[in-house]
Amino acid sequence: MAIAAASAIASASPSSAAICTEGLCHWFGRGQARRQVLQEVNLAIMPGEVVLLTGPSGCGKTTLLTLVGALRQVQQGSVRLFGNELHGADRGQRQQLRRRIGMIFQGHNLLRCLSAEQNVQMGADLLSDLAYRVRRDQSREWLRAVGLGDHLSKLPHDLSGGQKQRVAIARALAAQPDLLLADEPTAALDSRSGREVVELLRRLAREQGCAVLMVTHDPRILDVADRLLRMEDGRLFVDQVPAPLGSVSQAALTADG
Amino acid sequence: MAAAPVNRLLTVWRARRIPLSWLLLTRQPMRLAVALAGIAFAGILMFMQLGFRDGLFEASVTVHKLFDADVVLLSPRTMSSIGMASFPRRRLIQTLGDADVAGISPVNWNLLLWRNPDARTTRSILTLGFEPDDPIFLDQAIRNQAPLLQNRGWVLFDERSRPEFGPIASWLKQGRTVETEVSGQRIRVAGLVSLGPSFGADGNMITSRETYFRLMPTTPAGSIELGLLRLRPGADPEAVARRLQRQLPNDVRVLTKDEFEELEKTYWRTSTAIGFIFTLGAAMGFVVGCVIVYQILYSDVSDHLPEYATLMAMGYRLSGLLGVVAREGLLLAVLGYVPAYVAGQGLYALVRSGTRLPVVMDPQRALLVFAMILVMCMASAALAMRKLADADPAEIF
Repeated sequence: MAIAAASAIASASPSSAAICTEGLCHWFGRGQARRQVLQEVNLAIMPGEVVLLTGPSGCGKTTLLTLVGALRQVQQGSVRLFGNELHGADRGQRQQLRRRIGMIFQGHNLLRCLSAEQNVQMGADLLSDLAYRVRRDQSREWLRAVGLGDHLSKLPHDLSGGQKQRVAIARALAAQPDLLLADEPTAALDSRSGREVVELLRRLAREQGCAVLMVTHDPRILDVADRLLRMEDGRLFVDQVPAPLGSVSQAALTADG
Repeated sequence: MAAAPVNRLLTVWRARRIPLSWLLLTRQPMRLAVALAGIAFAGILMFMQLGFRDGLFEASVTVHKLFDADVVLLSPRTMSSIGMASFPRRRLIQTLGDADVAGISPVNWNLLLWRNPDARTTRSILTLGFEPDDPIFLDQAIRNQAPLLQNRGWVLFDERSRPEFGPIASWLKQGRTVETEVSGQRIRVAGLVSLGPSFGADGNMITSRETYFRLMPTTPAGSIELGLLRLRPGADPEAVARRLQRQLPNDVRVLTKDEFEELEKTYWRTSTAIGFIFTLGAAMGFVVGCVIVYQILYSDVSDHLPEYATLMAMGYRLSGLLGVVAREGLLLAVLGYVPAYVAGQGLYALVRSGTRLPVVMDPQRALLVFAMILVMCMASAALAMRKLADADPAEIF
């Protein structure tokens, strides 16, 4: 059932996809303790598409994110990022590919010693062919775009949770990524700022033509997705948009394909 | 053509990034202060130990430097200024046969017992006996006062001798006639010279050979401890010394003036533990500094590990992040060296006035200490970098 659904997703148009995985399996641990966390995951995300991934904790969502984000070595199956195969790619190749991926973390992960503006510029600094001044101006522009134009020189310490998460989004976008990976970006936020952050994310990603894969538990933001995926025990299923959580049906799977 | 380097500089300037190392250090002022205090302390320790060591070695040749000579004759048994063996004066006169030798002067040299005229205690004083007519000293003050020594029993006293010899200089400046005993013989202090104490001698005095023999009545008249040779202009002291050594019997040793000074320094370096002790002291400073800098950098890397992992996830190279830690080490070295240098200067001045040792900040030592601080910081940074390997970008989601 899962396999049938997944191959339907993959058949969309794998060559132009931002992400395309085929038969992706992953294990943690060794010997007796070896445990399979991903089973035959097939997934394709097109540029400009916003895909939300839900599922109970421990089902393998974050593992999928780290594999797709070139943070982890692929063990079995294929992951193609912008057409580049990650299976067998070495540290250096993965690091190069990561420059095209923006990442937003659950706990914002800003650099404490840098101001908001400097944090964003750490993202822009990856674009080494631009002059310092251009990168700085872009960083300021991004902070204005996320509504923090008045907080350029504040340290993360002096910003609220929602503001920090918005700085993190600005930082991810400042590197002009082709793919944005977000892990529960609204987890630490109240419902209103969570909503704001996600809508901002979607709007900016659209403008950039950037594919988005977002892991979330937050039922209030599911409607921003173009497509809703659900993971359970390392298998990927398709949900309808918007759909109440926990109702995965055979019909939903085939309808999306 | 001149525009090329300017353009290159401009390119580098335009490509610059956020100065992460600088911000990591300066945004934690307390930690930075502790680090700098530690490095400065280590630096000061190294400056002091090396300063003492070099100062002591330098002080051991204060007297040697006084002589206006190109080549010297010594007894082969002489190892240092505190054990000057005698040799026949004939050998010195024999050197006049060499065409390059322009003048010779005999010098007697021994440690005698000086009685403090105030406290009546005795103390060993280095005594030089020479012919007052011979212009053997480079120092003008000695030359000017040399004629006074024609008087039997008159001596010139080193005013920089340690205070244990008595308040000679102040009494003399008050216009008092200063008389005391040396080796049980009455002498009169005719004037003051400025030399400085050394390792082997706490004080110095200069007198005529005639007075010297009165103080040391058992010394055979034809024996001297040092022979000074002045060469004709343009003569090579090295070559003359080698030639004379070949011609003279082996009951004398011929050295250039530089070799004479080096002999003395080598004695203190090798036959005493001074070099070892002070070098060890400097090494301790180095080790203490290493530990401090390592602690600071290690905890800095540990504290920021999630942030380093985030940067790696964003696509920064591991080598780039290692560079951040390395630059932190470099910044610490430079920032820590400045207070160490300034404090070193101050303490040297203190030591000079307190001990009268010629301890000065010579550029070579300043550079050596900087190099050691640099090695200290960079080695610590290299060790702290190993912690960066723990930064796993896959763990931060």
